[in-house]
Amino acid sequence: MKILVLISNVPDTTTKIRFTGDNTSFDDAGVQWIINPWDELALTRAMELKEAGGIEKITVANVGEKATEPTLRKALAVGADDAIRIDAPAKDAFYVASQLAEIAVGYDLILAGIEASDYNGNAVGGMLAEILDYNSVSAVSGINIEGDKFIVNREIDGGSQVLNITGPLVAIVQKGIAKEPRIPAMRGIMMARKKPLNVANPIEANERTQFVNFELPPPKAACKMIDEENAKEIIKLLHEEAKVL
Amino acid sequence: MSILIYTENWDGKFKKLSYELVSYAAAIAKEMGSKVIALSIGDISDEELSKLGDYGANKILTVKDERFTSLDNRAIANAVSAAAKIEDAKIVIFANSNLGKAIAPRVSVKLEAGLVTGVIALPISIDPFVVQKKVFTGKAIANVQIDTEVKIITFSQNSYEVVEVENNATIEAFDPSVVDGDFSTTVTETNKVTGKVLLTDAEIVISGGRGMKSGDNWGGLEQLADMLSAGLACSRPVSDEGWRPHGEHVGQTGKIIAPNLYFAFGISGAIQHLGGVSSSKVIVAVNKDAEAPIFESADYGIIGDVNKVIPQFIEGIKEL
Repeated sequence: MKILVLISNVPDTTTKIRFTGDNTSFDDAGVQWIINPWDELALTRAMELKEAGGIEKITVANVGEKATEPTLRKALAVGADDAIRIDAPAKDAFYVASQLAEIAVGYDLILAGIEASDYNGNAVGGMLAEILDYNSVSAVSGINIEGDKFIVNREIDGGSQVLNITGPLVAIVQKGIAKEPRIPAMRGIMMARKKPLNVANPIEANERTQFVNFELPPPKAACKMIDEENAKEIIKLLHEEAKVL
Repeated sequence: MSILIYTENWDGKFKKLSYELVSYAAAIAKEMGSKVIALSIGDISDEELSKLGDYGANKILTVKDERFTSLDNRAIANAVSAAAKIEDAKIVIFANSNLGKAIAPRVSVKLEAGLVTGVIALPISIDPFVVQKKVFTGKAIANVQIDTEVKIITFSQNSYEVVEVENNATIEAFDPSVVDGDFSTTVTETNKVTGKVLLTDAEIVISGGRGMKSGDNWGGLEQLADMLSAGLACSRPVSDEGWRPHGEHVGQTGKIIAPNLYFAFGISGAIQHLGGVSSSKVIVAVNKDAEAPIFESADYGIIGDVNKVIPQFIEGIKEL
């Protein structure tokens, strides 16, 4: 069985967000780039499945320009066996999913993070499944393999479920899929340098959406502070001033 | 031409966010001069279905095929796509819920439609079609244009006021023409949260952090939640420690919520936590540490001991 883990290259979650070009594009000057946190959990679970046996190979893939390669190298250092970078900017979800569909055939399990922490899209995994006519499950908080079936834990709105589903499967994973993301060890970092990182050319594909511009949220008014002894006063304010009680 | 909305239900009833979707779609339909068609999948009574009309749905398509209870993503996507084609829908709207986020991308491929998830307001313009969403985990807002003929969005809960209107909707049984081969999900176990307010539906949320010191200290928070019909939540360290279930974790990697009122007890307000709650309309923070970043995002704050504050809140609510 082969696993493909989709990787988004995103700004570190503590990055101060700024825009350039009259607020039309993200200002990436001085930004630290990381593996999207949910993709990192997906990769961690893939590693755990491989250690349990029966997994031939874990490949990581992204759509991005050469500057995104350190993020793929980091995924290799965590433990993926090889990497594929599709050499194109990640224009929009459909464009990215169309590119990934070209390299995803042949994998039994495709893991995608539930969203990327930059443009918060939640879309690539589901689109990829539809393009390839594969099964998909979203909000996956646990996954195991039993013979030719996947046993999947999924969060639903107001509860959770356990289900069986066959591959090839696109599992769109969230919190709970793995406890803590793995940090690359020195040995992993050394080995990652020798692992294959293949570059694929993009295919022709359309974009269907475009960012017009960005805005920063208006600054918040100062917090109204109340003394501990008068805590009850807040309830009154919520009732009379904010009118939310 | 129409706007199709997928209205989710829970235990035979529509969720509040379904009514928000109908009201939201009705406002867009008014501007475009089109109709609102609601698609409901599940065993819902006609009386409940007709409630969608009270918020502006013109026609309700109902599918009662039991096979859909497995929430198979492909099958639901096929059903929604079939309805969109028959009704000539130019805009398809889902809730930005677990289910909506699972289905919308598949439908967008089937209908060759552009998709924007997590939309937070009425479109900025209809032609070109531009909508707003939060990006960078709430740190910025983006205006996004959809260039395709059919447009799909998932709409964030608590982003639009429900509005009742004088309107009568027709209810029609709909056969989405799905076949057994469309269903590949076999559910073996379902755990429903019962008797509690759904966190993502709650208008008020009571949340505790590491400052609560132990899972044994949740009694006061539970009492507050009961009194206010509020949802219970917690920060990541609390669920990681096992003090509270993972389902209650709100934050960037947990649930993202947008209640009218959010109480943060003993939560310092790390950026990852704020990512999940910053859309709350009013935030109340109680923390021992005057330097806690939560106070920068809060509207009302108390620097103090949660154990001294919670009983006063309970007393204050009794007096309302």
